Amino acid sequence: MEDIRDIVLEYVIEEYLEDEDEELTYNTPLISGGIVDSFSMVSLKRFLETKYKISIPDEKASPEAFDTVNSITELVKEYVK
Amino acid sequence: MGFSDKVRHIYQKELESVEQQGIFKVERFIHSAQDAEIEVEFPTGSNLKKVINMCANNYLGLSSHPDVVKAAHEGLDTRGYGMSSVRFICGTQDIHKKLEQKVTEFLGTEDTILFPSCMDANAGVFEAILTKDDVMISDRLVHASIIDGIRLCSAMHDTFKHSNMKHLEKKLQLHSDKRLKVVITDGVFSMDGDTAKLDEMVDLCEKYDAMLFVDDSHASGFIGKTGRGTHEKYGVLGKIDIITTTFGKALGGASGGCVSGRKELVEMCRQKARPYLFSNTIAPVVVSGVLKVLEILSKSTERRDKLEANTEYWRKGLTDAGFVLQAGDTPIVPVMLFNAKLAQDFSRDLYDEGIYAIGFFFPVVPNGKARIRTQISAGHEKHHLDKALAAFIKIGKKYDILGKSKKEIIEQYGL
Repeated sequence: MEDIRDIVLEYVIEEYLEDEDEELTYNTPLISGGIVDSFSMVSLKRFLETKYKISIPDEKASPEAFDTVNSITELVKEYVK
Repeated sequence: MGFSDKVRHIYQKELESVEQQGIFKVERFIHSAQDAEIEVEFPTGSNLKKVINMCANNYLGLSSHPDVVKAAHEGLDTRGYGMSSVRFICGTQDIHKKLEQKVTEFLGTEDTILFPSCMDANAGVFEAILTKDDVMISDRLVHASIIDGIRLCSAMHDTFKHSNMKHLEKKLQLHSDKRLKVVITDGVFSMDGDTAKLDEMVDLCEKYDAMLFVDDSHASGFIGKTGRGTHEKYGVLGKIDIITTTFGKALGGASGGCVSGRKELVEMCRQKARPYLFSNTIAPVVVSGVLKVLEILSKSTERRDKLEANTEYWRKGLTDAGFVLQAGDTPIVPVMLFNAKLAQDFSRDLYDEGIYAIGFFFPVVPNGKARIRTQISAGHEKHHLDKALAAFIKIGKKYDILGKSKKEIIEQYGL
């Protein structure tokens, strides 16, 4: 299986960064850093659920859990069999 | 009374914080009718100053047009001042229905419902037509009132990068399983003055069986050859499922708005939209004024033609002088300064020269994209634009930015 972290990172870069010069790491704060607004978490959650054929309960999809690529990866790993 | 010193202190601290962030808003009092030239009291208590207004949404110069004022007077005399009721109890007059019919004809839609404002139209429409089984896919730069409407709706919400059709298509694919899909955009984006690519959006919406929503508040009355709006400019008249617009800008500038589009969607708003159900509609005096505005615009394109010519003249003048402009062809002409303090200083100096134009900076626009947003009107005469241009050039020279590129201005002043 491809590294979940890299897939999430690639998705976030393509989805949210407007400027090619911007840099994003596994630990860049996405929501608290203003890169991803809370609305846009929806598409990120849908992407992950579709990609990994999982269902993340809404109460688990908190802004904290979605705040960095690393934390998102941890969340996904909980549900990937 | 629960407004103790402790409570007061909390609000005082919050207001201080707003002030410290440099985003504290102060009103300037205008002592004349809205027009190309206005008399302004600013700062409060100072003598009145006559200035050329370059920041009103009075695109067609109809806000104080004598025929519109006369029609409003007649409306006041024949239909009274207020309704004292919501629409479906006893708050609908013949002229409200007439205005809905006239707007439908003007926009080329199936039906129209009036709202107290376009803010209310946007706040009420999504909740009225969608459920949790549906999805709203909005451009990332849509107006704040649309975002509020989206928040009030139980449907899923997603966004696409500004005017990025490839990204929109991806989102339509991602949400293909939803019962209903609505793509949401402004017709003209108010900060940059650019237009949504409605022809491409119509194609995508047809391909993926999605409805298309357009807020044409900064377009109705003057964009397109006969001023019908952005859908006319892109050749997609009759193909927009929902248009919201305002009567508070080009169409007389008083107040009020509407949802116009597919008749079933309009009927859903009549049954379920809360700002329509629980608030009085537009006052008769305003309805009468807007009816006159639509009559004027349906007879002649003279005013929107003049606005187009004024806009071209203004854009060319600024470009030739060496300013960096946001590209576009609408009467919203942002003069890019990039640095927030420069935008503030520039606006203050313009005012001293008798030109009223406001600096916009973060958080109203993204960091590093500070600008003076100028708005052109058919009410402007050539001498107004020439005087404003002379002032811009004088101040541009003072700050040594004429002929400089974006990069050079940023190097000089920082972001």
